[in-house]
Order: sequence, then C-alpha cells, then structure tokens
Amino acid sequence: MSKLELSSLYQLTMVRFRLFLREPEAIFWIFIFPILLAVGLGIAFRNRPADVLPVGSTTVELTQALAVDKGLSVKTLDLAAGMHELATGQIVLLVVGANDIGAVYRFDDTNPDARTARLLADRAIQTSEGRQQAVSTADELVHETGARYIDFVVPGLLGMNLMGSAMWGLGFSIVEARQKKLLKRMVASPMPRWQYLVSFMLSRLVMLIIEIAAFLGFARLVFGVPFRGSLAELGFLCLLTSLAFSGLGLLVASRATTTEAVSGLMNLVMLPMWILSGIFFSASRFPTIIQPVVRALPLTAAIDALRGNMLQGVNLGQEAIPVAILVAWAVIPFAISVRIFRWK
Amino acid sequence: MTNETKNGATAEVTRTTGNSASLLLRGVKKTYADVRAVDGLDLEVARGECFGLLGPNGAGKTTTIEICEGLTAPDEGTVELLGLNWLSNANELRQRIGIQLQETQFPDKLTVEETLRMFRSFFRRGISVDESIKTAQLEEKRKSRIGGLSGGQKQRLAMATALVGDPELLFLDEPTTGLDPQARRHLWDSVDELKHAGRTIILTTHYMDEAERLCDRVAIMDHGKVIALGTPQQLIASVGGEDIVEFAVVGQGTEQGTVDAAMLTAIPGVQSHRVDAGLHQLAVSEPHTVVPRIFTALTEHGLHLSEFRTHSATLEDVFVRLTGRNLRDE
Repeated sequence: MSKLELSSLYQLTMVRFRLFLREPEAIFWIFIFPILLAVGLGIAFRNRPADVLPVGSTTVELTQALAVDKGLSVKTLDLAAGMHELATGQIVLLVVGANDIGAVYRFDDTNPDARTARLLADRAIQTSEGRQQAVSTADELVHETGARYIDFVVPGLLGMNLMGSAMWGLGFSIVEARQKKLLKRMVASPMPRWQYLVSFMLSRLVMLIIEIAAFLGFARLVFGVPFRGSLAELGFLCLLTSLAFSGLGLLVASRATTTEAVSGLMNLVMLPMWILSGIFFSASRFPTIIQPVVRALPLTAAIDALRGNMLQGVNLGQEAIPVAILVAWAVIPFAISVRIFRWK
Repeated sequence: MTNETKNGATAEVTRTTGNSASLLLRGVKKTYADVRAVDGLDLEVARGECFGLLGPNGAGKTTTIEICEGLTAPDEGTVELLGLNWLSNANELRQRIGIQLQETQFPDKLTVEETLRMFRSFFRRGISVDESIKTAQLEEKRKSRIGGLSGGQKQRLAMATALVGDPELLFLDEPTTGLDPQARRHLWDSVDELKHAGRTIILTTHYMDEAERLCDRVAIMDHGKVIALGTPQQLIASVGGEDIVEFAVVGQGTEQGTVDAAMLTAIPGVQSHRVDAGLHQLAVSEPHTVVPRIFTALTEHGLHLSEFRTHSATLEDVFVRLTGRNLRDE
C-alpha cells in the first residue's frame, strides 16, 4: 500500500466520493437539475422578435390603413364576427368604422397587448389620414447580453445550487451515518474526529469545481452568459458560499437522529431563502422593513456577490459587505455545531 | 498474580502487577433517566481470556460493554483497560482495542475491501487488508458491495473491521444476534480462532449455548447486576445437579394430576424442584439411579406421565434457577 492509501484523511475523503458517485439521484440534483432549470428558464424568457398583434376592422379602408404597421396583423370582419373573435381572444382589438367619428376602438384596457395594439392602430390610421410628426424621432434597438433575464437568473441558480449541494451533501450524509450507528462505530475506532468533518469539506471542494464548471460552462456556451469580473474571484466566491452552507448544513445535522428529521429541518432552513434571496427576481422587491433580514441571509449575500462579479464585473473590494456576511455564516454555525455535535 | 510475584523480579512486572488484568471494572454505575442500567459492577478479565457477559435483553450488557469501550461515561466507578483508562489514555486505547458494535450498518454502496481499507487507515499498526479479508472468509466478496452481503457476511465484516488494528483486547456485542444457525456456527469458528491466537475477548450474548461454547468464564447479568460469575461448568454445577429432568403428569381420573413438591424433593438425588406451566423440572445428580425412583414415586401416587425427558444442565437452567424466569420470556 502506498503512503497515501494509509492516510486516514485520504481514505475518508475517497469514501465520501465513492458514496456520492454511487448515488444516481444525488448526481441528478447537483449536476443535471440546475442545467435543466437554466434551459427551461432560458426558453421561457428568451428574447423573441416583438410580437405581432392580431387586430380586426370592419371596413376595407381601415384594414388597408392598419396593414401599414408591421406590428399588426389585420383582417376584415363584420361587426358580429369581430365581437366574437374579440371575446374569444383571437384578436386583441377591433376597429369599428363609424360615420360620425371615423373609428371606434373596442379593446380590454387591462390587457397590455390590447393597449399597445390600440396605440399602433391609432398611429396608423392618423398617419394614413395625413398627420405629420410634431417632432422628428428615430428608433435604435438594443438587445444587450448581460441585461437579459437568463443573465440575471444564472448567478441566482448558481447560488441556489451551491446551497442545496452543500446542505444536503453534509447534513443528510452525517445524519444517515448517525442513524445507522455508523458514526458511533467510527468514533469507537481511533479515527481523528476532525478528519471525519474535514473529509466532507474536501470532497465538497472537488465536487464544487466540477459542479461550477459544468453549470457555468453550459450557461456560457448555450446562452452566452457574460463573465465580466475576475474568474479567480468568482471561484473564491463560490468556495466561500459553499463553506457558508457547509457550516449551516453541519449545524442542522449536528443533533438530528433521523434522516426524516434532518430533511424537514433542512427544508425549513432553505425555504425562506428560496423565496427571499432573489434567485428568480431581485430581492429588493421585498418591503424595506424586512430588507435587513433579507440582506443578512447567506443566499442573498451569495447571489448579490455572484451577480456583482458576473454581470457588473465588480471586484472583491467592492463586495466587502456580502463577503463579510458569508464569512460570518461560514464561521459561526461551524463553531456552534462542533460544540454541540452528537457523535453517538 | 502469585505466578507473577514468583517470577517477576523485574521492574517491568512489578509495575504492571497491580493491573495485569486486561479489563478491570470497580463499582461501575450508570443511570439513564430513572433506569439503573448498570448498578455497581465489579469485573476482572485476565489476559487471553474469553469472557462472556450474559443475560436477557435489558440486563445492562450493552451499557456495560459501551462503558468498557469508552463510548459511555460511567456515573461512578473506575474502568481500566490494559492498565490504562479512558480519561487520560483514550487515543492510545483506541489504537489497542477492537470493537464490534451491535447493529452497525456500514454503507451499502461501499465494497468489503473499501470499508476495511478505510478502517485500517485509522490504526497506526495492524494486519493487512488482505489478511483481514482472509480471516473473515470474505475473499469471494472482496469487491462486492455491502448491500449485497448476507447477515452472516455482514457480521463477519463487522468483526474484520474490529480486527484490522490487530487489537490486544476485542469487544463483540451480540455478534450472532439475528443470524441463522449455520451463520452462527461459522462465526463461532472465527471466534475460536481468535481465542487460539491468544487474544482477550469480551463478548455479550443472550444465547446461553453461545456462552457455553465460546467463553472461558461468564458473568450472568440481570437488572444491571452480576448475579453469577464463573466458568460455565462451575455455574452449571451450582444449580445443584448436573442433569435436569422434565415431566408432566395426568391424574388417574379426568382431573389434572397434582404433584406434591415435598414428595419429589424427598427422593434422594433430587436437588430442587420447580414447576412452570404444568411442566415439572427437577435438578438431579446421577440420573441413572434417580430416574427409576421418580417413576416409582409417581406410580405410588397414581400419577401417569404424559411427558418425560432429561438433559444435561445448561446455563439456561442456571439463569432460570437464579431468577425464576426464562431468558426468552423478556
């Protein structure tokens, strides 16, 4: 046997790897799931060419006037058929020719598409009757990478994934070993206890590299998500996030004796962060009064820092606050759990 | 001890004279909530001895063995292993003892070899992984995942994890509980080999036949106390007879036959009598002369036998005699 194979830290870490790699569900949740989620969200919120809005008109003249605008698709209908299509949502606006006032717009003003159609239709009809622009204007279209929804959501998903894999990876495995009396058996051997805990951290570290590379590589190649900050700093932020959640996972697992109990606890800890920490939308949407709580959550800090790095290209010095919050979350729960940890 | 003082002029021996025992417990007590799990225990196990802690479930065997293993701290009393104690020599002790716990479940998805390699890495010295696999007779299962092993194979693996550090003192907590008869016998053979290799073994069991088969000495425990201590032969002899006669009777007519206990104990050679669910049990010496006298006495009282058998007294009989209960009643 080589010297490495005789090292207990090496053996413990290898055991963690083997157990992880032989658990297909875990591989799915950590590697495949975030990619699927990114694909789903990327498709749902993709930037499409501006929608063409279906409208109807009751006279051929109006139809000709409306057809000039590329944003509208027009068909000529009699009033009854037009009202029916409007009611069933096949068209969003019906322009009714009227002798006394030229045209009447029928539409639902709570439907943004209908309101847009009304503006376009009105402009087309007014122009066809010879209205001139009061001020000369021009359009300039912008589809910038980094401002899209997918760019916003990728750092959020990354943070969420780092949270999930660290918490489940530590919490569940430790409690399972405790429930199966394996932890007790390990403690009855001369194994140094700190090595048991460190083996989790080491295996997380290696897994982390694969996990981040797979997810961010995918986001880069398929969606062209930008990396404006330093990659080394991004790596550091991921590591810090993972450490913070490992500490929290350890704390959650430090007393629980059944896997059912720890699963419940884990969801209880993670649920508020799924909602409040701005994975899918900005955390600043929450009322000012709860902002201090929202900001203090480790996932909010992690996602803020990741977005800052990836989207705005800010450096670590400008992210001192979220970094400090993450450091606190890495140190305090870890220190508490080492004190209260139930080895038997 | 006398041997040592005779031979032991050297400083080495004098230094260890006071604690030449592999295991020494003095006045050990442990209370859980309101249950006295261990209630004032004194034990001494000599080097190379196979010592059995025997008793029904809940007698305090596991608590006792866990106190010895340093997994549970006693409320009172002193524990000494190999002349060391858990308070000041825990790391040293962990290196020198081997432990098999009740109901440890090793990870299903690890292989036999991987598991043993991990446990081997915790010990500074010990036997090779190959050797431990061979001793546990798991060569064919070396690359198999633990999830696919039988109960007996899992127990042998548990024992192998206790042996990789080549321990001077080995603890086995109910090593055969839940195994089928063949797997039990297989495991007994393994323990035999360890005994012959001169290791000190402390095992708990609630199987009396197991203790008789394996142990040089046994302590019978009940309610956290040792109620009998000695070699299996001594304990069996203490029942007062080497053999046990069991019988049931029917009366002349229709009514259940009643037997006068005094009439039975008056028979020369009958040491004791007890009745359990209509079955009479007599401890007897020299059954070949006593049994005919029993027959005569029963016939004289107009009683007919519906059942009759004899067996050599076992530790089971010792337990019944001491506690008035059967082991498996619990």
